[in-house]
Parts: sequence; C-alpha cells; structure tokens
Amino acid sequence: MSQPANMPRWASLWLMPLLNLFAALFVSGLVIALIGEDPVECLKLMINGAFGYPEGIGYTLFYTTSFIFTGLAVAAAFHAGLFNIGGEGQMYLAGLGVTLVCLQFDYLPAYVVIPLAMLAAILFGGAWALVPGYLQAKRGSHIVVTTIMFNFIASSLMTWLLVDKLRMEGSQTPATREFAQNAWVPMLHELFAPLGVELPNTPLNASFFLALMALVLFYLVVWHSPKGFVTRTVGLNEKAARYAGIPVDKVIIAVMCVSGALAGLAAINELLGSTHRMNMGFTNGIGFVGIAVALMGRNHPVGILLSALLFGALTQGGLDLSFEKPAITREMIIFTQGLIILFCGALENLFQTPLSAAFKRMLKNQ
Amino acid sequence: MAELAIELIGVNKHFGEVHANKNITFGVRKGTVHGIIGENGAGKSTLMSIIYGYYQADSGTIKINGKAERIRSSHAAIGLGIGMVHQHFMLVDPFTVLENIVLGAEGGVTLEGSLAAARTHLQKLNQDYGLQVDPDAIVGELGVGTQQRVEILKTLYRGADVLILDEPTAVLTPQEADDLFRILRLLRDQGKTVILITHKLREVLDITDDVTVMRAGEIVGQVRTADVTKEDLADLMVGRKVNMHLDKAAAVPGKKVLSVSGLNLVDSRGVALLKDIGFDLHAGEIVGIAGVSGNGQSELLEVLSGMREATSGSVQFKGMELATLKTREPKAAAYRKLGIAHIPEDRSREGMVKDFMTFENAILGYHDDPSVRRGFLFNRKAIIERCRRFIDEFDVRPALTHRRIGLFSGGNQQKVILAREIHANPDLLLIGQPTRGVDIGAIEFIHKRLMQLRDEGKALLLVSVELDEIMALSDRIIVMNGGAISGELPAAEATATSLGLLMGGHK
Ligand SMILES: Nc1ncnc2c1ncn2[C@@H]1O[C@H](COP(=O)(O)OP(=O)(O)OP(=O)(O)O)[C@@H](O)[C@H]1O
Ligand SMILES: [Mg+2]
Repeated sequence: MSQPANMPRWASLWLMPLLNLFAALFVSGLVIALIGEDPVECLKLMINGAFGYPEGIGYTLFYTTSFIFTGLAVAAAFHAGLFNIGGEGQMYLAGLGVTLVCLQFDYLPAYVVIPLAMLAAILFGGAWALVPGYLQAKRGSHIVVTTIMFNFIASSLMTWLLVDKLRMEGSQTPATREFAQNAWVPMLHELFAPLGVELPNTPLNASFFLALMALVLFYLVVWHSPKGFVTRTVGLNEKAARYAGIPVDKVIIAVMCVSGALAGLAAINELLGSTHRMNMGFTNGIGFVGIAVALMGRNHPVGILLSALLFGALTQGGLDLSFEKPAITREMIIFTQGLIILFCGALENLFQTPLSAAFKRMLKNQ
Repeated sequence: MAELAIELIGVNKHFGEVHANKNITFGVRKGTVHGIIGENGAGKSTLMSIIYGYYQADSGTIKINGKAERIRSSHAAIGLGIGMVHQHFMLVDPFTVLENIVLGAEGGVTLEGSLAAARTHLQKLNQDYGLQVDPDAIVGELGVGTQQRVEILKTLYRGADVLILDEPTAVLTPQEADDLFRILRLLRDQGKTVILITHKLREVLDITDDVTVMRAGEIVGQVRTADVTKEDLADLMVGRKVNMHLDKAAAVPGKKVLSVSGLNLVDSRGVALLKDIGFDLHAGEIVGIAGVSGNGQSELLEVLSGMREATSGSVQFKGMELATLKTREPKAAAYRKLGIAHIPEDRSREGMVKDFMTFENAILGYHDDPSVRRGFLFNRKAIIERCRRFIDEFDVRPALTHRRIGLFSGGNQQKVILAREIHANPDLLLIGQPTRGVDIGAIEFIHKRLMQLRDEGKALLLVSVELDEIMALSDRIIVMNGGAISGELPAAEATATSLGLLMGGHK
C-alpha cells in the first residue's frame, strides 16, 4: 500500500497540473533543441501567436470554444464512471445533422434555421453516443471499445456521404456547397461592430458564449441538481446507486446522450461559425483533444475552461509558429499536445509523492 | 517488568483539524494478547496504522523490541516483524491460498521453486498454529473465517512476531470467532504478540491479557484484564455509566404491516436462496431474524427492499401486493416512497458513497424528495440543515457536514445512515446488522432509538448475527437456516441454546 496523499487542496488542484504542464513543455523544448531550433524563441513565438495580437486571441478563443464542448462531453460521461472516447465521431455525426438541416432549410430566417441546426447537432451527436451507452448499460459491452469503433464507423459513413451524396455538384473536393448566410452563427466582430467596438476579423463567433453558458450549466447540474447527484452516484458506487433506487441503466444511457450532444455542439462552432460548409474530416481531432482537456481540467468546468484555453492557445500559437519556423511542423505541435496529455493524464501522479513529502516537511518546520 | 514488543512514547497524529491521536504513550508486553478498545473515532485504527507504517506520526517515538525505529512504510513494518490483518481482506480471489501467500514475497526467478518452498513452510505454520487451511483451495471459494486465517498465515509467512487485528470478529459468526480465538491463544503461547481491536467487551475479557482504552484520541486507561469487569471497561470507554441492559416494555402490536408468504428466490445458477418464506410483521413490533450469516437473511432484506426480484411468492405491505406492483422507477425507489426504509447490511459498499460529503450521503435515496429540491436544482440550504440535524441528533463525530464520509470512522458512518433512514419516517424499517463495528455507547443509543421507533408504532425487521442483540431487541424471533425458516419463537422464550439449535437446522 502506498502513502495516502497529504497535500492541501489548492496544491493538488493547481500546483500539480501546472507542474505537469511545465514538465511536458520542458520535454518538448528538449526535442525542439534536438532538431536545432531555439526552444525559448519558439515558446515566445507561440505565446505571441496565441495572445500577442488581436487576431491571434480571436483564433485562440475560437479553438477554445470547440475544446470546451468536447472537454465537457468527456467530463459528463466521466462523472457517471464512463470513459467516452467517441467525442470525435459524435461531433462528426452532429455535423451531418447540421449539414442536413442547412442544406434543406437555409432559406429560412436565421432565428429558425440556427436553432434548428443546433437541435440537429444535439440529436445527432446524442444519438451517436446513445448506441454505445445502450450497449454498455444493457449488454455490458465496454464503452471504450464501442465508442472507438463508432469513431471509425462515423468516419467511413461520412466519407461515403460526402463523396457520393452530399458533394457539391461539379466539384472535385468532398465538401458540401456553402450554406446560405442565414445559417451562419454571427461572428463576434459583426456582433460588436454596431456597438462601436471594433474587433478583428476572426472566426470567433457567438458559439463562444454558448460554450461559457454550457460551463455554468454543467457546474449547476453536476453538483447542484438531483440529476447530477444521481450521475455521480452511479459513477462512484453502482451498488449504492441500486440501493438508492437509481435506475443505473437509464442513467448510463442518458448521460451518454448528454455527452454526445455536448460533443455535437462543437460542430456548430466549426461549421456554422467558421467553415460554413461541411468538409471531410472537419473534426480534425477536436474530439480527442477533449479527452485531454477533461483530464487536465479534472472534469470541473473551471479546469476545463483553463485547459481548453491552453489547448486553444497551443493550436493557434503552434500554427503561427509553424509559419515562422518551417522546421517545426504541425506534427510537432500535435506531439506537444500528446506530451501534455501524457503528463497530465497518464503520469498525473508523477509529482505527487515528492510534493506531498515537501509539504509535510514544510508543515513540520512551522 | 516484562519486555515490551512495542512501545509508543508521545505519539501524535493530526488529520487536518482532527487530532486523531494525542500524546499516546503505551507499551505492549511481549507474548501477550493486548486489547485496544474505545469509541468510534477514538483513534484506534489510526494508531495501528502508524505502527504498521501506513501513516506517519506527526511526532513521538516508536520502539520495537526496545529499539527506536522510524517506520516509513508497511514494507518497513513487515521487515520489523509487524503484520496486520485488515478488516477488508487484501486477497486475490481467483488465486489459491498458496499463491496468495507467496504473492509479493516471491523469491528466486521462477515461481515453481518458490511455490514448492512455500508449501513446506506453509504446512509447518499450518500445523504449529492449528490454522487448518488447504493451500490449494481457491480463496474466492472460502468462507470469511477461512479467508481471515489466510490473512493471518500471510503475515506469519512473512515472519511477523507481532500481529495486529483490527476488528477481526466484526465479520465472523460466533463459531468462527471462537476458532479465531483458539488460534490467537496458540500464537500467544508460542511467543507471538497479538494486538486486537474490538468493540465486543466479552471478547476482551475472554482473550486479552492487557487492555488499553482510548477516548477522543487519548489513552484513558491501561489495565490488566484480570483486574476489571465488563462494566468497568464500558464506563472507562465512554466516560460515563453505560446501561448495557435495555429496558423493554411489552410490545403493543397493531395492524399488520407486512405479510410475506411462499417467498422463493432462485439465483441464475438454479440455487435456491430463499425457500418458502412466510411471516407477518405488525406495527409496533420488532421481529428479529437470527441465523448464521449466509443463510438467506441478506437475500430476504434485498427482496423486501426492492433491490432484488423474488422468483415467486407474495409480499403484502399495508395490504398492497408488492410482488406484482408495476413501477416505472426501480422497485427500491418505489418501495421507499411507499414507506419502506432500509439500513443495508453492508453499509460501506451499499449504504453510502464514500467519496460523497456527509450532506450528500444524508440524502442518498431521498435525492428526489421535494423537500430537498428547488425546481430542477437542489435546495442546498435545506440539505445542509437536514444533515446538521442528523449530526446533532445522532452525535456524529466529527460534526462536519462537508467532509467525505469515507474519512469518518465506521460507527459514525453508521449513525449517518441510521439518521437518514429514520428521518424518512417509514412504516416499515428493514435493518441489517445495525451495530456492526459500532461502539457500546453508540449501540446503547441505537438500540434505544430502535425501541423508540417500535413504541411509536413502526414495524421493524431486524437481521443480525449478534444473538445478544436479537434477543435484547426483538419481540419475536425467526430463525433462518439454509434459506428457509427453521423456527419462530417469542423472544421471552428464546435462549442462546434454543436459538443455536434452530440455527443449526434442528427443529
Ligand atoms: N485518512 C484520514 N483522513 C482524515 N481523517 C481521518 C483519516 N483516518 C481517520 N480519520 C479521523 O481520525 C479519527 C480517528 O479515526 P479512527 O479510524 O482511528 O477511529 P477508530 O477508533 O478506529 O474508530 P472505529 O471504532 O469506528 O473504527 C476520526 O475522527 C476519523 O474521522
Ligand atoms: Mg477503526
């Protein structure tokens, strides 16, 4: 048996993730030095790219928005003891829902078509998670396995649809036609222009506020409502849940649907906020980053906001960096993200033992 | 003075604001059985965990065989010849006894060699201490008592001279406990030292040589067992006179609340767990169900509380047939709303969520109740207030609403569960092992409280393996054996012998 952790709460909440983050950045720095670039300069370029000028900030927050949704998706399932790896596929399928609505109804006014598209995102994303949820609850098929398989199925299905069914006529690229403007979620710079506030032209759009709202709602539901109570009970002690008369199966299925719906909302940000059409592979790993965001954010909205911001900054700063330094490719950035996941997720407790020992010594000396 | 196997001088331990061990100074004589008693939360387990290296003391000295040692881990403790038998066994179920014992202490490169060597060693230990454990039995198929002996063997195999047992008899039947004591005596006679934590004073008087009494983190008494009586110990422990005799007015049974007939339960493998169970329970009455554990009592509680579906039979509650009741929610929830509350036998795994705060556990099962909600959210204030009431009324210590319940001592966890279920004001209260691991002060309190419920006109069904408890509380006693009722008699006529015969299946 190991020693139980003996650390103030703030340390395990803030200090540990930060230490893990620095460790990941340090190793990335080593690798950058290895390929002959200056790590300090790269870090500067990256931070500048993410936060140094208005456009950069806009892009950072745009990426953050999607990561908040997929991070919340993973966290929601986690509270019920489920590891939903399928955010990527759920978001992809939600994108299909959005696309179908927009291709059919984008002649309708914005206040009709946008809510309709959101509803479709929620329904399609939720439905794609429902099946693994059902299989877990009723058949005991492990959610990790099924959600991974559903990612593959989603990807193949969408490839087929985009190549054979939804592709714009006369075009060679597997993408739909552009949606009519009615279906575009307003950009932040458009929203603020009438108020006399001038924002740079970036894809940052009103979905950002939706994401912030989702964070607050998530907090309220999980820790201040019977629904969240029931979810956490199932996640922490299934036997006690049965004792308490909680319908464990139903909770598992419902939570997976909510999880899928949250992942689905990321599609709104991407499709209606930025690209305004469906491209093949538009999810681009956002669903997977959600896993890291939730892990690092300790499945808590505040943590998720901060880690989504981190990954948003990493994405935007990384893109800027790869423009400046051709030696540093997109893959390098993904590598860094991977390291952060490794340190914050898999090696989460790396610093726990030395840190708690340090705290003990400190307390003793007082 | 005899040599001391273990000596503690001025040991202190804090958990945040809780001062769990205060300036503990005491010694354990070599070759004795040393009892440690004290109220729930007195700090007994903490103290043992310090000796076993699981926790580190904040200050103080620990001497093993007269030599000051720093015990930084359980590994170090084992190296010093200290072994601990945990209350929750640390065994790998699908492994054999032999494999479990060697696990973590394998020598050499291949398993074969160490297994063969272990086998001979094990046989010798088995013989020396009369443990009677088959090295090739699969651990998961053994009873609790035998599993415990495997744990003891494990520590002996690792060369333990001092054995610490934390509430070993809480999970044992009286017969198994007797067996354990026989083994412990043998161990002592062969020069081993045994430290025994227990809440049962009878056991203390029965087997220990010395007793140390703890209260609120401090040592309040160190005596030779031969010099004290049960009452002395009880008073020392609680710090006031304890009334161990329950005054019971005659029951005034009212209307029939529960009527069970022809109840059968067959599990998926075709094993009959309940066989043709039938009995009535009236308002204002306590019916006790006696029996060696594993004879269907647990299953009966599960069926009556709606956690498990019976195969056939009828259960009528206040004249309503429950067996055919159609509900949208799980039956456990529906029954609760009808007025059936349930204190589960396995409180730590069923009755609560260890990682939840006290106030969250205070509403487990009642989380949908309008009194704790405000719209779609919880009414946090109402919940905290409710929890405060529970804590005050049941004297839960420490009195904290915002503390993970897993950090409370067992007895205090039980009080929270009890408070929750009683607060629901049920017509029928199903009670499994209400005082398992609970100190005598709290037992007195819990028993009084149950009596009071009876006198208020509630119907209580009590399952307990403690015959004393069954006889003290019940108005009628039903004995179960092999899933069937082997006898029923009024409490006034029951004796330990007559119940014992019925429990053995003799009609
Ligand atoms: N890991 C922990 N963290 C915080 N508090 C703890 C921890 N372990 C024990 N405590 C607290 O220390 C006190 C002593 O607990 P301990 O488990 O030693 O009591 P005990 O005498 O063994 O009680 P019981 O008879 O109920 O088993 C209690 O108030 C308990 O809540
Ligand atoms: Mg204890």
